[in-house]
Parts: sequence; structure tokens; C-alpha cells
Amino acid sequence: MTTPTFDTVSVGDTLPPLQLPPVDRTTLALFAGASGDHNPIHIDIDVARRAGMPDVFAQGMLGMAWVGRLLTRWAPQSRLRRFDARFQGITHLGHAMCCSGKVVEKLEQAGERCVRIELHSANQHGQTKIVGEAIVALP
Amino acid sequence: MIDKRWIGHALPPSVLPIERSRLQFFAKAIGETDPVYTDAAAARDAGYPDLPAPPTFLFAAELDSGAAFQLIDLLQIPIAKLLHGEQSFTFHAAACVGDTVTVRSTVSDIYDKKGGALEFVVKTSRAVNQRDELVAEMRTVLVCRH
Repeated sequence: MTTPTFDTVSVGDTLPPLQLPPVDRTTLALFAGASGDHNPIHIDIDVARRAGMPDVFAQGMLGMAWVGRLLTRWAPQSRLRRFDARFQGITHLGHAMCCSGKVVEKLEQAGERCVRIELHSANQHGQTKIVGEAIVALP
Repeated sequence: MIDKRWIGHALPPSVLPIERSRLQFFAKAIGETDPVYTDAAAARDAGYPDLPAPPTFLFAAELDSGAAFQLIDLLQIPIAKLLHGEQSFTFHAAACVGDTVTVRSTVSDIYDKKGGALEFVVKTSRAVNQRDELVAEMRTVLVCRH
């Protein structure tokens, strides 16, 4: 991986988007186990229906982890200073998420040269599920 | 309504040992293919002592310990009405295999909008390692949707 540098990055640059496969039940079950989020609403259709949902749906933190992958394949994780997400919609089975990011500001923070990145995650219908922001320190 | 007297409530500390097989499982679950997250040699080449925990992994601490769901019970939020509204991480140091991270959280705010139709609980957390070095700060906004 070639780490982007502060001087070569410009406001308006986009990160290479990360396209995910459609969400399936296996993904939700694996993430429940790996993340420690055993809330059955994400893995047991009976519980989901009793809660008024048509079916199980994705854990919010799964979507955030995917956005994290977008960031760490652009710049090493050791350069990530801040990572914020707002969950704006439920990700349902069959949704194929695409994570994207755009450099919106170059700034100095705590003596480091950084970029602020606007983050976005949407499904194949263009429905936004996560908006967020990251601060990445660049060499 | 969620009782605002819980503002300031400190959750019990949650201790999360960073383990190799757990990180490899997490990488598989999120489709992570970068060997830095699964292969110790690749992690060392990238400057880490061992596999690093990915950016959002520390959220597991209070799920594993049960503290996260105990808080939901304590605040009497029905799980069917619960949504994760926001999540923030501020990073200070890497957490790698062999480290033990302790997360300490406080309920920093409880408020409502739309005449009580939406209630919000803000939890702020500090994660330190076994040397008491700050690893990350976290902020969670939970939403109870009536």
C-alpha cells in the first residue's frame, strides 16, 4: 500500500470506494459472534418479527466496520486519529453497501498535518445508511 | 421516559484481552482481506508488535462483559425500541494481540426530542491498556424510539 501524503492529497480527492456483497444471514451470524453483539434481533427471525421487523437486519457496527476498511486500505490504521459514524437507516438483508469517502479539508491538529474525510455508506438503491467523518494524519 | 438520574452513572469496567483468534474471526466477519489484520508477520512488517485490533473492534469490550446490555436493562429500554444512533472513536495508541484493554464508561447525557418520541442516551468511554496508557476514547449515542 502506498500511503497518501499531505502534499499529494487535495481537497475534493475521493478514496477508492469499497463495494460489499449483499448482506446475508451468514454475515450477520458471523459478525454477532466476532463482535460480541449477541442481540438476537440480528440473528433470529422470530425475535426480529416479535419486535415488529420483517426480518433480521444488520448490526450498525458491521456497517461502521466496513467504512473502517475503506479508511485503512487508503492509509494505515496507525494514522487514523478519529472516526465518527451516524447511523441513518437500517441495513436489511440483500443490501449491497458501497462505502465512499472524500477529502474535505486539510488541517493541522495537535502538531500533525491531517485531512478530514467525509464518509458515506449507501445501498444499491442509493439509500444512505451511514454518514461519518474521519481525521487521518498524513506524512 | 428514561430516568435522567442515571446521568453520571459509571458502568463497571470491562476488560478485553486482545486475542489472535478473535481478531482473525473479526476480520473474517467483516470481509477484511488485508493480511495486516490476520498474519502476524504482515503486522510486524507494518510496524505493529502483532496483529492490531481494527478501528471499531474495541466496541466489543462492553458487549463481551455484558456491561452494554446491563445498561440497557438498567435504563429499562426495551430491546425492540433500541437503535444505535452514533458512534465515535478517537485513537491514541494501537491495541495489539497480547494487550489487555480496559474500558470504563459513564452515562454522560440523557435527553429527548419530538416531545419524548425519541430518547437519547450518551455514553462516553475511555479505553486503556495494561500499562494504563490511553488507547482510545469512545462516544456512543443510543436511541430509544417510541
